[in-house]
Amino acid sequence: MSTHHRKTLVVAGHGMVGHRFVQAAIERGLTETYDLVVVGDEPRAAYDRVALTSFFEVGADELSFLPAGVYDDPRVRLLTGTEVEGFDPETRCVLLSGGEVVQYDELVLATGAAPFVPPIPGHDLDGCFVYRTIEDLEAIRDAATTAKVGAVIGGGLLGLEAANALAQLGLETHVVEMAPRLMAVQVDAAGGAVLTRHIEELGLTVHTGSATERVLGDDRVTGLALKDREPVAAEIVVFSAGIRPRDRLARDAGLELAERGGVLVDERCRTSDEHVWAIGECAAPGGRMYGLVAPGYAMAEVVVDALLGGPGSFTGADMSTKLKLMGVDVASFGDAFAATDGALELVFSDAVAGIYKKLVVSEDGKQLLGGILVGDASAYGVLRPMVASGIELPDNPEELILPAGRGGAGVELPDEAQVCSCNDVTKGDIIAAAATHGTTRAGSTCGSCKAQTKKIIEDWFESQGKVVDRSLCEHFALTRQELFEVIAVHGHTRFDDIVAAHGTGRGCDICKPAIASILASQINGHVLEGDRRTLQDTNDAYLANIQRNGTYSVVPRIAGGEITPDKLIVIGEVARDFDLYTKITGGQRIDLLGARMEQLPAIWRRLVDAGFESGHAYGKSLRTVKSCVGSTWCRYGVQDSTQLAIDLELRYRGLRSPHKLKGGVSGCARECAEARSKDFGVIATEKGWNLYVAGNGGANPAHAQLLAGDLDRETLVRYLDRFLMYYIRTADRLQRTAPWVDGLDGGLDRVRAVVVDDVLGLGTELEAAMARHVDTYVDEWSATLDDPDKLARFVSFVNAPDTPDPHISFTSVRGQVQPADSDGPVSLGRTIPVGAPQ
Amino acid sequence: MNGGVPVCRLDQIEVEGGVAALVEGAAVAIFRTHDGNVYAISNYDPCSQASVLARGIVGTRGDVSFVASPMHKQAFDLRTGQCLDDAAVRVPTYDVRVDDGMVLVGRPHEEGP
Ligand code: SRM
Ligand SMILES: Cc1cc2nc3c(=O)[nH]c(=O)nc-3n(C[C@H](O)[C@H](O)[C@H](O)COP(=O)(O)OP(=O)(O)OC[C@H]3O[C@@H](n4cnc5c(N)ncnc54)[C@H](O)[C@@H]3O)c2cc1C
Ligand code: SF4
Ligand code: FES
Repeated sequence: MSTHHRKTLVVAGHGMVGHRFVQAAIERGLTETYDLVVVGDEPRAAYDRVALTSFFEVGADELSFLPAGVYDDPRVRLLTGTEVEGFDPETRCVLLSGGEVVQYDELVLATGAAPFVPPIPGHDLDGCFVYRTIEDLEAIRDAATTAKVGAVIGGGLLGLEAANALAQLGLETHVVEMAPRLMAVQVDAAGGAVLTRHIEELGLTVHTGSATERVLGDDRVTGLALKDREPVAAEIVVFSAGIRPRDRLARDAGLELAERGGVLVDERCRTSDEHVWAIGECAAPGGRMYGLVAPGYAMAEVVVDALLGGPGSFTGADMSTKLKLMGVDVASFGDAFAATDGALELVFSDAVAGIYKKLVVSEDGKQLLGGILVGDASAYGVLRPMVASGIELPDNPEELILPAGRGGAGVELPDEAQVCSCNDVTKGDIIAAAATHGTTRAGSTCGSCKAQTKKIIEDWFESQGKVVDRSLCEHFALTRQELFEVIAVHGHTRFDDIVAAHGTGRGCDICKPAIASILASQINGHVLEGDRRTLQDTNDAYLANIQRNGTYSVVPRIAGGEITPDKLIVIGEVARDFDLYTKITGGQRIDLLGARMEQLPAIWRRLVDAGFESGHAYGKSLRTVKSCVGSTWCRYGVQDSTQLAIDLELRYRGLRSPHKLKGGVSGCARECAEARSKDFGVIATEKGWNLYVAGNGGANPAHAQLLAGDLDRETLVRYLDRFLMYYIRTADRLQRTAPWVDGLDGGLDRVRAVVVDDVLGLGTELEAAMARHVDTYVDEWSATLDDPDKLARFVSFVNAPDTPDPHISFTSVRGQVQPADSDGPVSLGRTIPVGAPQ
Repeated sequence: MNGGVPVCRLDQIEVEGGVAALVEGAAVAIFRTHDGNVYAISNYDPCSQASVLARGIVGTRGDVSFVASPMHKQAFDLRTGQCLDDAAVRVPTYDVRVDDGMVLVGRPHEEGP
């Protein structure tokens, strides 16, 4: 043995936890006394296994924790593609697969776990895979090139990840789970049912309560035989039936193992041999194994601490999980199954929306113990720290899981609340880092705490009186609202003047459309007038919506959804003559898709001549006011909702706004027009109209809330004028009415004070602004058709105005055109004659 | 550059606007910036696989003049064709000059100028 006094520490296994150990050892100075030899049997350095499924999208380099393949610290030697074959605790030697023997002072086992493959007949046929390493995924991808159907055995968290990957590879995918529900460890029966429905909607087939008896096939997999069920045909089978700790090295060396496997360690992660430690999925602190990365990271820190003489210990871990599986949120935290004595359950379930939320609360109703969220896990960021830090629940705990996103507002987390469980970062840590411009690891592992972390930082800066940077973009250090005021005060009408006086550079795709919208609200000229055309997004620039192949869609206004047979016929004729794909939209009107840019004027000529006008499907502006048939036809109707919807749509048509605006009018409380899912919704009452504001569908649905009730028509229109103008003046760019109201100090009460009670005395001014809009409205398309300058833009090529762009081609599906996929740039060849410019 | 194909008059391109032209069968996007320069790049947006770049918004990032794809807003440096949001993406540029009020487009450069 050499006489140098530096010591040697060997790490067996270079996975997520082994890597974290080395990082911590470097950061905390352990390499001042130890040389590290890190041995991993995978062909590459550690990578982000948690994000393994994204391998197909981003590739191996993006996943790597150590793209250079070496650590910065020269005292760390990393050997990849090398196995630790065994070690001898007596002589303190490890034997490596190349034959090398390394003497150690301390040995850290970080060998992880391996997928468990049940020994059913056929489990080793060609076409059977596991899902753990990049090599596994490469093999699955290769096999998928010739296969059509895949099956995953196991419907737990990892099984669903694997199923997601098979589906992404284009395979018809089956999930076979023995338990009666998916993710049995994390969710209960009701939550599992909601999850199953989501997954089936995505086109996967779920077989719960199904035991696999054998894998079928002679030398290649052909399917699965299930107990008491029809067999499933499949050419690829992925086993995901749990994991087993890789504890062979410890077993061979005679160390103690836990009853159910795993290297038995104490609170300091020390094995039964005082110089051998075990961390991560191969370890079983107190006899229990943890199949998540966060506890492994905590163990890594504990061992570094112990070797430095610190007091750290591992006493168990938060097994909370939140993930997005194929677009479905699933979260499970704390005592999710209400195992605590006397625990109560609060359940919110919306089968139609596919949402299931359960809170487990202590007997006295004061403490949150745990919960399950399926379909919408937005409340997780607030709920999980509440469990971890035992904050007292608010009086109406059900508010925390009720829909419409108000969930969790008003609950102040204490500084000790753990926000990031992967990296054990508390709210206090995040604030301390924000105060010193430092950083924490919060959000860097599974990412589920990112939104919460961001909010804590923003709130803190705001509490310090600092302004959170809400600049529009690099060219304007102003919010949209400030810019709106500046432009109004100075009476600017041109982008050049605005950027010269209040900005820098020459603008971009963020500020230009925002300024175009502000100018449209203030002067209501044509959006293609003068220098304003170059500020517009392509949709506004061509008064149509661009589609994925560069063609456009045409949506004429059909106010309130009402249309005469003659006009319907015109739409049909235009669509037929120009060979356009025709579809009824979700907004009660008709979309004609697949128009080449140079065809738009001719199409609109026909439509305008027949009495149609632009439907503004392209602008950030009023879209539709949806109606029901109301009292004119319906036996329940109490007011003429169709007439009001048409009137409102025509009043606000063409109104440019921070985001799109939608309205709805229903003839009675049955609400067939879904008015409460709109930015403004009107519902008839016996006495008049109820006005609701700030609703939307889309990604974050919100129900509109009552602004004022039983209004006569005149008052209704007055309030609406004020409401819309107030929004247009003060909202952020691309902020719809619901988040705008939520963000206002005072929320809906504030809106009511300004719009109904007129506390700012702005009422008449806002109404006048709307009156100006109504008076100056002109149909953008007929104005364009009358102006040769504007029409000049509608050519495929400036030097070949009638030559169709060769990149655009169509296939036919269900009797109509659809875009054909592009393989790259297309050339017409040199021989195409091109008109010489005049 | 000398020669090149005449495609349009300079005043047919708005300041901070673009036009598409057919040059030897290929779709070329030609832009005119606020500082008086004229640039030509391929009209084909590799990110969205559609021939649309001439219809993007022109502006600056720092000192760089760029066009934002009208499809998903990736920015392309007008001088080099380099995508500013993805180092691996670049579109071909073309020689271009203005002669007596006429815009002439010349050879493509796959790897930038
Ligand atoms: C055509 C249509 C789908 C259909 O085939 O039915 C459609 C198509 C588009 N929608 Fe929509 N939406 C359509 C009804 C809806 C609805 C249903 C409704 O209006 O009742 C919703 C949910 C209700 C809502 O908006 O609150 C809807 C929520 C969205 C959203 C999410 C908005 C949000 O606040 O989260 C977007 C994205 C955005 O605007 O940023 C969007 C964006 C889009 C865009 C503009 C995306 C784009 O930029 O290309 C699509 C292009 C339209 C086009 O013509 O090319 N579309 N979209 C519907 C046109 C309605 C119309 O007649 O104008
Ligand atoms: C698809 C997928 C999704 C996941 N999602 C999540 C998630 O959302 N959240 C979460 O917390 N966890 C998740 N996990 C689990 C997480 O990846 C593990 O908890 C974590 O990787 C454990 O780290 P480890 O270092 O203990 O094991 P590993 O990362 O497996 O590392 C062990 C390493 O040691 C090597 N090794 C083993 N034996 C030897 C030997 N004798 N000699 C040399 N090297 C050896 C192994 O090859 C491996 O490289 C997921 C796992 C997978 C597969
Ligand atoms: S909302 Fe009322 S009036 Fe309108 S269609 Fe439905 S039931 Fe009839
Ligand atoms: S909780 Fe996973 S990264 Fe923070």
